[in-house]
Amino acid sequence: MDRSMVDLWVGLFVAVGIGALLFLALKAGNVDSIIKSEGYSVSAEFDNIGGLKAKAPVKSAGVIVGRVSSVNFSNQSLRAVVKLDLNKRFQFPKDSSASILTAGLLGDQFVGIDPGGSLENLVAGDRLRITQSAIVLEKVIGQFLYGKMSETNSD
Amino acid sequence: MIKKTDLLQLSSINFAYGQTQIFADLNVGFEAGKVTAIMGGSGSGKTTILKLIGGQVSPQQGHVAWGDRAINQMKHNELYSYRKSLGMLFQFGALFTDLNVFENVAFPLREQTALPESAIKDLVLMKLHAVGLRGAQKLMPAELSGGMARRVALARAIALDPSLMLYDEPFTGLDPISTAITGNLIRTLNDALGITSVFVTHDIKASFKVADEVILLSRGTVTARGTPSELLDSRDPLVRQFVQGEVDGPVPFHVHSEAYRDDLKLESEERNW
Amino acid sequence: MTLITRILSKIGSATVDAVWTLGTASVFIFRVLSRSAIVLRRPRLLVAEMHFAGVLSLVIIIVSGLFVGLVLGLQGYETLKRYGSTGAVGTLVALSLVRELGPVVSALLFASRAGSAITAEIGIMKTTEQLSAMEMMAVDPHARVVAPMFWGGFLSMPLLAAIFSAMGIIGGYLITVVVIGVDSGAFWSQMQASVDFHHDILNGVIKSIVFGAAVSSIAVYEGYASVPTAEGVSRAVTRTVVTSALAVLALDFVLTAFMFTGVH
Repeated sequence: MDRSMVDLWVGLFVAVGIGALLFLALKAGNVDSIIKSEGYSVSAEFDNIGGLKAKAPVKSAGVIVGRVSSVNFSNQSLRAVVKLDLNKRFQFPKDSSASILTAGLLGDQFVGIDPGGSLENLVAGDRLRITQSAIVLEKVIGQFLYGKMSETNSD
Repeated sequence: MIKKTDLLQLSSINFAYGQTQIFADLNVGFEAGKVTAIMGGSGSGKTTILKLIGGQVSPQQGHVAWGDRAINQMKHNELYSYRKSLGMLFQFGALFTDLNVFENVAFPLREQTALPESAIKDLVLMKLHAVGLRGAQKLMPAELSGGMARRVALARAIALDPSLMLYDEPFTGLDPISTAITGNLIRTLNDALGITSVFVTHDIKASFKVADEVILLSRGTVTARGTPSELLDSRDPLVRQFVQGEVDGPVPFHVHSEAYRDDLKLESEERNW
Repeated sequence: MTLITRILSKIGSATVDAVWTLGTASVFIFRVLSRSAIVLRRPRLLVAEMHFAGVLSLVIIIVSGLFVGLVLGLQGYETLKRYGSTGAVGTLVALSLVRELGPVVSALLFASRAGSAITAEIGIMKTTEQLSAMEMMAVDPHARVVAPMFWGGFLSMPLLAAIFSAMGIIGGYLITVVVIGVDSGAFWSQMQASVDFHHDILNGVIKSIVFGAAVSSIAVYEGYASVPTAEGVSRAVTRTVVTSALAVLALDFVLTAFMFTGVH
């Protein structure tokens, strides 16, 4: 084959390859996750985080506003410490609360933020004081059965 | 068998491929400006001598010297710069099958020099003309006959004007006319370019016509050396056997083996009768 | 010798052989890498090898990618239909392709299409003394022949894997959205919500880079180390395909264990 034809084909190949990568990044993946948008980090302590993992979304009113950056256990408070990376575009009052929710009945767990009423906003390094732990299905079922039993006993 | 003035000296060479001993205390020198033929039976290590000279293999003991430089002790870069003064013709030409004749001959020029395209073209045509194949420059190696391929390979080998030419079995598989052409080319290139040539062969007729000197290898060392006419007149039985092409002689027809009777187990069968 | 000691000694010598080969191959690859400057100095050599390894593999990659996507879409749809979440079929297709099937299947195809060709080419050059001839012309075949082939294969692999994954997603889209009628918006948005750039796409690319290095190394080594006969070269080609397949699958397991499991 002519040399310039080889060059043309290889050029085409590289272009298509890079195009495919861009397609995967932009069309299949979410664009937001590529550009590490400037954010600020806050933390929250929970009694029980259930199955929450790092990289899980943080949502407020159903909109993704950040991601869980790490999950740890504190030896002082003996509770789970969850660090949240929030997008700078989203501001929340200082007294907002965090709860661990489940998407659907068996879906992945995520952190939900309910805005409070304070005039001051959260800044980097703040801690969310009001938290609600994950609902653990076994406990719910246990409580339900216990309740049923006490009902029948009292009858 | 080495003279101080020899261009290329192989002294007290011991060489083995794994367990197989090829050379034991081999001493041989090559005179500048001469055409030397190395002859010997199959497996006598003829080609290995060329590989030692080219630095492709190193002897376990001994020295291969080019002037005052030891080839077998050269570092990678030194060896490669030494090889630029070598030309080697491989047994079947070893042309690059994906390049045409012109590009094959141009290959060493493109790799080793920064000549402009016009100069490369002139040089390639000149080398191809020297081997009589200027008209074949557009052909691919697959379209060449064995003799033509070898002549193209020869043009490629002399592309960089080497001062030492090595030929590995240049006559094998050639018809009588091609053999004569190749032999003639070896001689004329040597004299016209003022270079030194070493070739390995077992074609007695062709090599005796071309060579200034013939070296006969056997059992890992040099058994005879002299001009073609000296060897023809030799009374040494081994030389006679080789030159006359006799089946049996000092070089036995049979590979060393147990007695034939034992192999056939004749005795035991006799007893059974 | 009893059967057990015979088996043990067979295993032992095979292990020693394998370690030996690994050492020789590593030295060879290191030598090739250390003489790779030629690829930067003469990019045309690299372009020719990218044509040989990459462009000539395009057809098989595109066609296979499309079919794998069609099958994934169909199977995913049939399974997800039972749970009433057919919108998630895009997620399923994209994640399977980007994380696993794209890098692995394209590496297997690459090994059998390009890897075998590289081994055969180097092996035949060795058999016909072209490599020796080069050495005697003071041209180092490690640099002139092997290095461009290695880098050509190495650079082609991630591009081929990306093309494979993209074609697969397109195939999945065609069968589920265009043919079956899954909602196009759900297909893309659910996919985008769950495919993470760093975690999924980048890790997939890293996998294909590792596989490209492994397959290219095996292919050039087997070619260079082949016994210079017709039979020797054909054995070397077979070894390239078999060893590459095993290496790709084993490496995939190790990489997956590192990338996608455990505490993040």
